[in-house]
Amino acid sequence: MISAFDFIFYILIFLSVYVQVFFLVTFIENRKKIVIRNGKIKLKNYPAISITVPCWNEENTVEKTVNSLLDLNYPKDKLKIFLIDDGSTDKTLDVINKFKDYPNIKVFHKENGGKFTALNLGLEHCDTDFFGGLDADSFADPESLVRIMSYFEKDSEAMAVAPSVIISNSKNIIKKAQKAEYNMGVYFKKMLCFLGAINVTPGPMTIFKKKVFDDLGGYRHGHNTEDMEIAYRMQKNNYKIEHCNDAYVYTNTPGTTKKLYKQRLRWIYGFINNTIDYRKILFRKKYGNFAVFTLPMGVISILSVFYLFSRIVYNLGNFLYSKIVQLKIVGFSFKIKSFIFDPFFINIQSFIFLVFSIYFLVIFAMILGRRMTEGKWGLSMDMFYFFPIFTIIAPFWLMKAVYNTLLQRKPAWR
Amino acid sequence: MNNNIDWKKYLIVFFITVGLFVTAIYLSNYFGNQKINQLKTIQDKIAIDILSSETQFSLLSELSCKSISDSVFSSELGELGNKLEWSQNNLGATDEVSYLKKYYSLLQIKDYLLAKKISSRCGTKSAFILYFYTTAANCSLCGQESLVLSTLREEYPELRVYSFDYSTDLSAVTSMLQIYKIKDTELPALVIDDEVLTGFHSLEDLEARVQDSFKLQEALPAGDIKK
Repeated sequence: MISAFDFIFYILIFLSVYVQVFFLVTFIENRKKIVIRNGKIKLKNYPAISITVPCWNEENTVEKTVNSLLDLNYPKDKLKIFLIDDGSTDKTLDVINKFKDYPNIKVFHKENGGKFTALNLGLEHCDTDFFGGLDADSFADPESLVRIMSYFEKDSEAMAVAPSVIISNSKNIIKKAQKAEYNMGVYFKKMLCFLGAINVTPGPMTIFKKKVFDDLGGYRHGHNTEDMEIAYRMQKNNYKIEHCNDAYVYTNTPGTTKKLYKQRLRWIYGFINNTIDYRKILFRKKYGNFAVFTLPMGVISILSVFYLFSRIVYNLGNFLYSKIVQLKIVGFSFKIKSFIFDPFFINIQSFIFLVFSIYFLVIFAMILGRRMTEGKWGLSMDMFYFFPIFTIIAPFWLMKAVYNTLLQRKPAWR
Repeated sequence: MNNNIDWKKYLIVFFITVGLFVTAIYLSNYFGNQKINQLKTIQDKIAIDILSSETQFSLLSELSCKSISDSVFSSELGELGNKLEWSQNNLGATDEVSYLKKYYSLLQIKDYLLAKKISSRCGTKSAFILYFYTTAANCSLCGQESLVLSTLREEYPELRVYSFDYSTDLSAVTSMLQIYKIKDTELPALVIDDEVLTGFHSLEDLEARVQDSFKLQEALPAGDIKK
């Protein structure tokens, strides 16, 4: 007889395989619609855009961020840049003040109130039809904005267009692992875009029609994930979010395990709590694939990691216990046992094949993501760093996020 | 529009996922059957070896102990035991695994009887332990005793341990349980030199008994027994 634990295990595996197959089928359906432009493009019209750069203690990166905006292939008179110092305690204000004499740049300083308040200050001063933000640790590719705007030109229903966020440099293993993850993220985001089910409009360079904020209100705290909350709100109100896969924005990612843990804890906490806030739309077909696929998929991922981790810890505990018992009973043996590999002992339970199929589909997603971002096919070393690093650390930030939600503890930004 | 849900796609993906599950189950069963067949082949080989040794022994009687084939003392029986145990844990206690386990118990008894006969007639250095256990969850000591016996077997290659699952539904095993008056409440149980020991026995305790068993043999026929 199959135990209740095994039953749950197989249900979670079924759902995980389902999600991956769903993405694959979406890819097969829409593969010809994925366009990657290499050269410069021109628009019929160049609408005016306001871009806000909220800064909080970003003295090391903000200058490069602003320069990347100034280097954008977009008419300067159509681009307004708001640099907003959100009460930094370092020299961020001094750095951004260097740009105050530029005709299309305005510098603001305010008391620290959180990123969403800085973005809202930008919104208050926005008198253009399009509005966007760019995190002060991210750098826009010169062609990114014009490519994003081409989506608005092509589709009048598009209310927001998100770019492909990729890693600016990947010096160490932690960053390399994230590089593979971000590349995969580009593929998943494109697939979610085809489903009309994007759940995050990333801080780095998502461009919105100003109407979105006029209709739905400004940014909210959103459990420190204001870019997720606004996407949820847009989906709830049936506002279309597009993804411009060939608009690249490079972002700085955490370089240490501790920083990565803190960032992901904030993201997952944001996902859990925004999903709780918007729970009424779950499984309601009038909210489309976002309610029927994206949100349940996120919940399934958390449950699967949670369950698998508990199972691994339980098995590891059992193994250690048996070793301690063995040590107690027969003592420690210095004899090196001759080890002969016998294929008989290879586990062939059905879940092994299913787990392999999940890994296969995830690697496939990474390869496609790499093709979409780096233009290269095939495996990379970054993918091999991804699995061990994320398998080991991810359960901890997931569990901590669940724990914080239960105890209503809010994680810090950094 | 955003709120368009393609239910047909959800259904197709469902069937593809079910298809992957069915394939995984098929592959699992296919390789499981391959393993069962492998076990059957090993058992058949051991059965032939034992039968051959028995026949050889009967033919040659006491004339030439040296001519007795070593194959009966091969480690294949132990290897088969390990594989059967693994199969029970990983493939489940299916009818086929239970059948193979019965067959294995029978082979062990035959091997025991033959090895004992050869040992007493030819004076080969050997000691025998019959070990009765249960896979029931309430017998934590059974697992511990198995560890002790595995260690002991590694230290004394001449020691032959025969393990019997108490719940094996085989008349030969039942007869052994009756002969040694072993009850399921007293497991694990061991038989060394016809002495029945119940409950857990430590490595030191059993080691001393095994060494005594070797000495006993030394005292009887003149054998070349090294300590």
